[in-house]
Amino acid sequence: MRAKILILGSGLAGTIIANGLCRRLGSELKGGEVAITVLGTTPRHLYQPGLLYIPFGRIREQELYREQKTVLDRRVNFIIDPAKRIDVEANRVETQSGKVLDYDYLVIATGSRLVPESIPGLKEGAHSFYDIEGARKLRAAIDAFDGGRIVVNVNAPHKCPVAPLEMTLMLDEHLNNRGLAGKFEITYTYPIGRLHALEPVATWVTPEFDRRGIRSQTFFNTAAVDPVARTISSEEGDTLPYDLLITIPPHRGAQVIEESGLGKGGWVPTNPKTLLRDGSTNVFVVGDTTNIPISKAGSTAHFQADTIIDNLSLLIQENRWARDYDGKVFCFIETGMNSGTYVWFNYTTPPRPSPPTQMVHWFKLAYNRMYWLSACGLL
Amino acid sequence: MSARHSIDARQTFCPGPMMELIAALKEASIGDEVEVLSSDKGSADDIPAWTRKVGHHLVSSEDRGDHWAIVVRKMK
Repeated sequence: MRAKILILGSGLAGTIIANGLCRRLGSELKGGEVAITVLGTTPRHLYQPGLLYIPFGRIREQELYREQKTVLDRRVNFIIDPAKRIDVEANRVETQSGKVLDYDYLVIATGSRLVPESIPGLKEGAHSFYDIEGARKLRAAIDAFDGGRIVVNVNAPHKCPVAPLEMTLMLDEHLNNRGLAGKFEITYTYPIGRLHALEPVATWVTPEFDRRGIRSQTFFNTAAVDPVARTISSEEGDTLPYDLLITIPPHRGAQVIEESGLGKGGWVPTNPKTLLRDGSTNVFVVGDTTNIPISKAGSTAHFQADTIIDNLSLLIQENRWARDYDGKVFCFIETGMNSGTYVWFNYTTPPRPSPPTQMVHWFKLAYNRMYWLSACGLL
Repeated sequence: MSARHSIDARQTFCPGPMMELIAALKEASIGDEVEVLSSDKGSADDIPAWTRKVGHHLVSSEDRGDHWAIVVRKMK
């Protein structure tokens, strides 16, 4: 066999890469020269960006899930048995069930996880929509909300950088549509000195917040939440009262990364252009898992995955490199219940958001369904 | 033993140098220093201002022509 490819993780990046490699390496797979194995954590694939719509009843839960086996190419050996230990020196991975798999090429796509427990009181006192259970509970809390103070609290680092703004703008419109205008106030907190990491997005949303009467507290890095007193306080010394607290919890990388000594915080040091792990020539890292200082987002994972498919398939077939990753990121931004915009940027081109339109919002809704074509590697 | 961590956030737009610095400080131990390289001119003002407000120590902020090198020591 010329190459055993092992992919850790069956989220968007791992799935796109597995499917893309099957298309590129069809004859090698058929001849038994290449084998592709994916180690996943769950039998179902979740469309994560759809979680944003759950609290507003704008998407059905079953639309967010598909069986992973139906999303993956049949030629992929898919095993639900996550990695427990990664040994990049011995080219070997031990799984949680105790299996040992060796590889010629490794793709680490183990993603990120929420760690609300890293801030005292946050898990107990706050709602979140970054997982399905949290999104369901937030929907119930919003349904029961009849007025008061809402805090939308953003912590670093976190994935999907525009989701907190989307939540804030959609929530404001949703509550106004329910007839609660004048009975609630929203305060949005952000870790740095403006409303979004992307300066053009911050410049656009600041007057939008003013127009809607949404308050903000910048330089707010959460120190603690008091669920009994219903207050949230910051490292900078500010304290805000709340009746409903919605948080974007801080994230960390997968535990297996830290436990294998591959990166502090679970983020693997990665070359920003080759997407190879620093110090390795046969270990690719993709999506949220890298330590590259760019957005942790589905589109980032997608564009990086395309680069890895090109390079890994050509390395196997012709022993040469295809191209570098250019840092491309694309994000839709829902600006309410009926309007949206988008930004894209890469390592050399700064972002320039366009004015929101209903057309972009509709395209985003269409993409919520077209996602499955992306995961299958067709889009 | 204190450590020095380095982040090269030049020519990156999101999450940007300061968010990367905040994330790195969370992982660092008290006394560790984090150096961030930034081509965003806002960082040269924002990072020192935030460092003072939150109670960390600004070790240095150096203009290197096409970027800034800013070093912060974690104090708490």
